[in-house]
Amino acid sequence: MRIPRRQEWEFKGPRTVKSILEELRINPETVIVIRGDTLLTSDAVVEDTDEIEVRPALSGG
Amino acid sequence: MKCVKCRQPAVVEVRRHNAGFCREHFVEHVLRQVERTIDELHMLRRDDRILVAVSGGKDSLALWDILHRLGYRADGLHIHLGIGEYSSESTVKTRAFAESRGLTLHEVSVAEELGFGIEELSRRTRRIPCSACGTTKRHIFNRFAREHGYTVVATGHNLDDEAATLLGNILHWQTEYLGRQSAVMEATESGLVRKVKPLVRLAEREVAAYAVLQGIDYQVDECPMAVGATSHLYKEVLNRLEEVAPGTKHQFLWGFYERGRRHFPHEGRTLNACKVCGEPTTGEICAYCRLAERARAAAAGTR
Repeated sequence: MRIPRRQEWEFKGPRTVKSILEELRINPETVIVIRGDTLLTSDAVVEDTDEIEVRPALSGG
Repeated sequence: MKCVKCRQPAVVEVRRHNAGFCREHFVEHVLRQVERTIDELHMLRRDDRILVAVSGGKDSLALWDILHRLGYRADGLHIHLGIGEYSSESTVKTRAFAESRGLTLHEVSVAEELGFGIEELSRRTRRIPCSACGTTKRHIFNRFAREHGYTVVATGHNLDDEAATLLGNILHWQTEYLGRQSAVMEATESGLVRKVKPLVRLAEREVAAYAVLQGIDYQVDECPMAVGATSHLYKEVLNRLEEVAPGTKHQFLWGFYERGRRHFPHEGRTLNACKVCGEPTTGEICAYCRLAERARAAAAGTR
């Protein structure tokens, strides 16, 4: 699927990365999930105040 | 999820290896995968002078970073494509990367070569942009490597890129391309420089993860001219299969390398020197010079 560029969503935390990607209907194989300067695995929990970036792996190159 | 090596919290999961990795061990995993590919396929020698094709995207910058870490002598060549802001941003990121690591970067501009960039080249010749761009880049990389004494050109093609190309070649039964599709293209006497793709064991997502974890500031935007390219659709289809059955992409591509390719014709093509530029070609005039000529003729016609 194609992810529209720089779209923003808001979710109530805490939630796992997996459930967020599922709700957005994003195949986890096609993205990396970034929080700060590190990455999150699918079981990682995102808190209410966290900001994360779901970046298509395809991008750049 | 915990790192399979040290039981610390994992930052990357690689489902086809059924493993999670912390930052340190993921970086180690990536380096080992690339080293293994280079060794198994006899891609590079320690005394090779390597020219890395660097676009400023994650794959090429990660490749350059990895080769440097593995101790190879690798310089970069960046081509200014002339695709608006996308290109100028890519150049800025490439330069910053080279500078931060003290690496040697060469630059060539398509506009200086042709009188116009890829956007105009594609429009004037009515060629699909990715196709015109590919022809141009292959020509420039080969010629530059030859003229400057590089023994091998390394590109950042990853597992997803090569699997998508393979799927496309099979869907259209491009038997000649199938006979040639490889992670190593040997040099020819006629002047084709050796080409290697050391990232073919790494999924696109792993390369992106590596780049972020190494703090590599790459061009995140997609090339505006590639939007809607069929290669993206092939990748999407393969990733849908990968989601259900991890390891599918690897089996597809590596199974082809190991057991499939030999069933397709692989005849050594006779290559001549292009009458215009001297680069190797199967015909009299190479694809790049024909493209350039068509673009110039179209320009003359519209005046």
